[in-house]
Amino acid sequence: MTTSDAWSARVDRKTLDGPEDMDRRVILLSSQDNVCVACTDLPAGDVVRIDGTAVLLSQAIPLGHKLARRPIKAGEKLYKYGAPIGTATRGIAPGAHVHLHNLQSDYIPSFGTEGIDSGAGGRGA
Amino acid sequence: MRGFLRSDGRKGIRNVILVAYLVECAHHVAREISQPLREHDVHLVGFPGCYPNAYALRVMQRLCTHPNVGAVLLVSLGCEGFDRSGLRQAVEASGRPVATLVIQEAGGTRKTIAAGRAWVNQIRAQLAGAVPVPMGMDELVVGTICGGSDGTSGLTANPAIGRAFDLLVAEGAACLFEETGELIGCEQHMAARAATPELGAEIIQSVAKAARYYKSLGHGSFAAGNAHGGLTTLEEKSMGAYAKSGASRIAGLLKPGDLPPRGGLYLLDMISDGEVRFGFPNINDNVEIADLIACGCHLILFSTGRGSVVGSAVSPVIKVCANPDTYRRMDEDMDVDAGRILEGRGTLDEVGQQVFSRVRGAASGERTASERLGHQEFTLIYKSFEALGPGCLPVLANA
Repeated sequence: MTTSDAWSARVDRKTLDGPEDMDRRVILLSSQDNVCVACTDLPAGDVVRIDGTAVLLSQAIPLGHKLARRPIKAGEKLYKYGAPIGTATRGIAPGAHVHLHNLQSDYIPSFGTEGIDSGAGGRGA
Repeated sequence: MRGFLRSDGRKGIRNVILVAYLVECAHHVAREISQPLREHDVHLVGFPGCYPNAYALRVMQRLCTHPNVGAVLLVSLGCEGFDRSGLRQAVEASGRPVATLVIQEAGGTRKTIAAGRAWVNQIRAQLAGAVPVPMGMDELVVGTICGGSDGTSGLTANPAIGRAFDLLVAEGAACLFEETGELIGCEQHMAARAATPELGAEIIQSVAKAARYYKSLGHGSFAAGNAHGGLTTLEEKSMGAYAKSGASRIAGLLKPGDLPPRGGLYLLDMISDGEVRFGFPNINDNVEIADLIACGCHLILFSTGRGSVVGSAVSPVIKVCANPDTYRRMDEDMDVDAGRILEGRGTLDEVGQQVFSRVRGAASGERTASERLGHQEFTLIYKSFEALGPGCLPVLANA
């Protein structure tokens, strides 16, 4: 089984019958991941089950955005699809929004958040 | 599935009359010729630059002799640098009807438009009698691209397209994915899937080239809309984009204008070789689509989360919508609702099957959403390429 096949299988299974200890409103793409993905808009104040633990959301997590699965330290790598997607720039609490304010690329730092925030960050391909 | 048989043995799933301007100065005249007949498979393509460029000539030759194209009208101003006789000869050699109108010789705007419309109408009557013949899956070339991605793209539409690619490759189709600048971080995975270690090394080099290229340009392929949709870094976006390739073995690496020698999964490297010249190699999604079509793609599978509406000249585009909210807002522009996976209304396998059925349908003459809405976007820019390395097409080396 190739790597991509492995993720596809995981996406399928978690989407269809997410394990009992994960809320159905989030997807864990790989067991190695320290983030999961919201599959619907999650309002602030909602309680989400992550690895069997109830976590209170201190801020809203929009559809397709990531939330921390466990406590993450500054400098720690973030994993999604079982692959590193960047490094945490500050400590992140479980259930907190993982986004441009606390995660940066390990590849092309030059296109960081400044460009994105001004809407001049490049293309949406 | 059925296609129009061409002299090179390939078959086209459409019978398009292409009107091609050879410099921006001829664009208006060419548009006026094609516009009244755009609902009738008369498409407009062209190259805006006045300086000659080997890549642009090659892409134009590939488009004008593409299996989906039945006849070609070239519209030249008269003093541009484009090799219009070389292009005309290539079309003539393919047996297609071709004409060249030179605006400076034909007496200006109005006379050229009238002459062009008359020629196109005459050719339409001629092509109307064309009879399609049965076409097999092993004669089909399908490309994929993502545009307007968000956090749902990599969860639904991209892996569903990957499933469809697996089904297509299993039935003998050639499937092309791209873009190396959007696969930064996936190079080791790809190399491990390559048919030979030499091909794997070529793939790693092509991604390193892309990373170098984008770094010197100061921007990755990442837009504000990507971040609003939940993506954060180029490598995160890459992993999601990579899922479009499915799970097949990678049979080769192509550059724009290279035709896949047989069925299988191919990576298309569309980033210029050598020093950074001519700026961004993919200023928009349609540049990538044009490069895929120049490699012979009959059809494009387009994954979108935020909601792109584009189609293309020459080859139909099938829209696979990743985000269920976007689908509800823009369903008229979409062919497949892949976001239903997130709402428990379908599985990846089901959506992958549906994409596969849409491919069969479009290759049997069904119109896609972007075709019904009249989309025929096209962009061709300056690039430069060296020939493929010897490790890029191991199937040929072994033949």
